Amino acid sequence: MVRPSLPDGLVVVVKEECETCRTVAPVLAELAKAGERLTVYTQDDPSFPPGVDALHDGDLAVSWHHDIETVPTLIRVVDGVETERTVGWDRDVWQTFTGYDDLGVELPAFRPGCGSMSVDPFLVDELRARFSGSLLKSRRVEIADAEDELEALFDRGWTDGLPVVPPTEERVLRMLEGTTRAPDEIVATVPPDLVDVTVEKVAVNAVMAGCRPEYLPVVLAAVEATCNNEFNIHGVLATTMPVGPVLIVNGPIRRAIGMNSGVNVLGQGNRANSTIGRALQLVIRNVGGGRPGGVDRAAHGNPGKVGFCFPEDEEGSPWTPLAEWRGMAPGTNAVTVFPGEGPRCIVDQKARTPEDLCASLAVGLRGIHHPKLPLGFDAILIVGPDHGRLFAEAGWSRDRVLEELNARLLIPGAELVQGAGGIVEGLPESFRDQTVPMFRPGGILLAYAGGGAGLFSAIIGGWANGDTGSKPITREITP
Amino acid sequence: MSRIVLDPTGERTVETRERLARPSSLEGKTVGLLDISKPRGNIFLDRLEHRLTELGVRVERYAKPTFTKPAPIDLRHEIATKCDLVIEALAD
Repeated sequence: MVRPSLPDGLVVVVKEECETCRTVAPVLAELAKAGERLTVYTQDDPSFPPGVDALHDGDLAVSWHHDIETVPTLIRVVDGVETERTVGWDRDVWQTFTGYDDLGVELPAFRPGCGSMSVDPFLVDELRARFSGSLLKSRRVEIADAEDELEALFDRGWTDGLPVVPPTEERVLRMLEGTTRAPDEIVATVPPDLVDVTVEKVAVNAVMAGCRPEYLPVVLAAVEATCNNEFNIHGVLATTMPVGPVLIVNGPIRRAIGMNSGVNVLGQGNRANSTIGRALQLVIRNVGGGRPGGVDRAAHGNPGKVGFCFPEDEEGSPWTPLAEWRGMAPGTNAVTVFPGEGPRCIVDQKARTPEDLCASLAVGLRGIHHPKLPLGFDAILIVGPDHGRLFAEAGWSRDRVLEELNARLLIPGAELVQGAGGIVEGLPESFRDQTVPMFRPGGILLAYAGGGAGLFSAIIGGWANGDTGSKPITREITP
Repeated sequence: MSRIVLDPTGERTVETRERLARPSSLEGKTVGLLDISKPRGNIFLDRLEHRLTELGVRVERYAKPTFTKPAPIDLRHEIATKCDLVIEALAD
């Protein structure tokens, strides 16, 4: 829809329902009578205000397109361009604005305005769709009266096996309010089909995943972090191993959008945790064309492939945030993506020193995928309050913990070679006399999260690492 | 009232192309052997190379830098330019 222009002169937008507008009504009649070039738009009652030939902004097109948030709004238009505006009633301001020194002398000096109908929460979604819907480029798909809309989305192959929220124009436009980025901006090229994905398409899938608009910047950053040659989502998808993108969120945005870094942090129950990773996976499925049985060849997969996202508990953590350790400036909102399997639990209820705890955690870390296959895979180690306390009390930094873990993960080659321990799997015989680190430098990502009780940590095994496979990527979350 | 939703897909128009006809003979052909760089793929391809060379077929060997990523465009172009057929070793 074309933006309606405003006529030159003074323009006032009012609604009869607003007490301040009713208070100001005699002033408007006075200005009209004085022969001032005045145009009044009324949002509700076409006969309001009395004594003025008001134009009825019944569909709120004028109010919407000229960003009227408050009534009354007084605007000056010169040669078709707005040069000045004021909202509410302030006698001095109106007198200066209009040049009438005696304007409204009988009225109170000040009255705040009321909310414009064009920003009424019950109307705003419909108005946005009516006036901004043409911004959306996605194909419109009509669902028949007799069709169940949730079933219709299943039938078209657009879901991950769970119901999705139907991506109506209203919902997608509301989702786009969560970012300052333009709907047609290209975010990334999504494997495996290598399709350029726009902010709009990400928003469509974020609606379907159940995201709120304020999650959208995290989803956009996650799409950028995931869809590139270094992270190699093509390989993560195509592999027969059970991995998918695992997202770790850092920065103030975690709390701003209500993420859960505490009890059941890796489980269900928090909308942001549950839907952000799902939105990413729906983008890969729907835009990139990556589907189980198609390019996704996982032998078993894991439940986290529906979506896997959690924040660090930065407030409780004895360490600097993971994103900062990975090079982000302190306080940056950032998301780190890791190619991970499902989490497993490491129990140690007896350790009372950080050294003893490291010994247990190291044994757990050695177990990922196969204890005789070092160096090929990275891992995330998630330490919560009960285990973390030992490190905090001892003053161990993040680097110290990693150093101590890695020192306990230097494995004699004799334990790793094929046949050792009665296990055929393993390294070639040539490694027998060597000492082999289980992890490459930087191969353990340490995160702090979890509920306040439980002497456990969690481990998420990775996938073929480095240039061969996938590197974890940390990306700033921008508005 | 009917409802409208937005298409969440990439809305690609997929171009379909006919496969080349299978050659009736390997005589005078060049066969590319592409190792995707998984363990033991070379053993399979070594054997194929031996068998093909015995038959007098010209063989070119290629390898992807890593099995986890699609073959680079330059490699695909080289194979397409130099070979009439290609055999890819996928397995461990």
